[in-house]
Amino acid sequence: MFETYLEIFLGFAKAFAVGGLICMLAQIVINFTDLTAGKILVIFMLAGVVLQGLGIYQYLVDFAGAGATVPISGFGYLLANGAIKGAQKGLFGAFTGALSAASAGISAAVIFSYLMAMIFQSKSKKN
Amino acid sequence: MTGKNRQNYNKNYVAYVNSFAPPTEHFKNCFRAFIVGGFICCVGQFLRYVLEYAFGLQGDELAGTVSVILIFLGTLLTGLGVYDRIGKNAGAGSIVPITGFANSVASPAIEFKTEGMIYGMAAKMFIVAGPIIVFGVLAGTLVGIIYLFL
Repeated sequence: MFETYLEIFLGFAKAFAVGGLICMLAQIVINFTDLTAGKILVIFMLAGVVLQGLGIYQYLVDFAGAGATVPISGFGYLLANGAIKGAQKGLFGAFTGALSAASAGISAAVIFSYLMAMIFQSKSKKN
Repeated sequence: MTGKNRQNYNKNYVAYVNSFAPPTEHFKNCFRAFIVGGFICCVGQFLRYVLEYAFGLQGDELAGTVSVILIFLGTLLTGLGVYDRIGKNAGAGSIVPITGFANSVASPAIEFKTEGMIYGMAAKMFIVAGPIIVFGVLAGTLVGIIYLFL
């Protein structure tokens, strides 16, 4: 029983450390280059695609769990992983794999954003 | 004032303005990004444990459900106006996790609702997230095609 608790605690610690480090890396890039949020997101997503294309990001996901999948580089990992898995089935699989893997995230973003836009009014102008 | 004179004037003005701007606090910013980013990832890890042990989800279904729940939380907090307040202090700690992606979709959707449903809410929804999906699909498919020939 104690070992299960230790494993769960270690899971949180690894997720915190790896996820925090990825965000800190992004903050360092912002501090020294003044890139906007949109560019940072694209760069980190592409880094996830490239790292998974080289087969490296999978190790990070196995090690840190949500610490590697929750940052936007995990979204890139998902896209690349889907395309790689699809490529094993042929050309059509390679073509559909990336978006199939990311479909849950994109659908959720569209549906929930639509719902929130229906419910809430813009607040950012007042503060 | 024309030509080189004006250029110098602009340069001096920029230097003058910068001399009043507070210096970037690198260490403080990085520490906050680390804490907030790590905390959001821990929420993700918590959801993973709950869904795995209480609902028996596995593999892709588990990862997908965690993303969907985090995106829901991100959009909800954006709607309530809480996420922008976190973002002011956390910097990259609130941008880089998937909740930041959700925020970048929900925030313009709510803001541009006043410009109409089609050209406002729907068109502006992907103003930040659109490039992520465009380059993600391009790069992901490229990886898939490379693996096809390996």
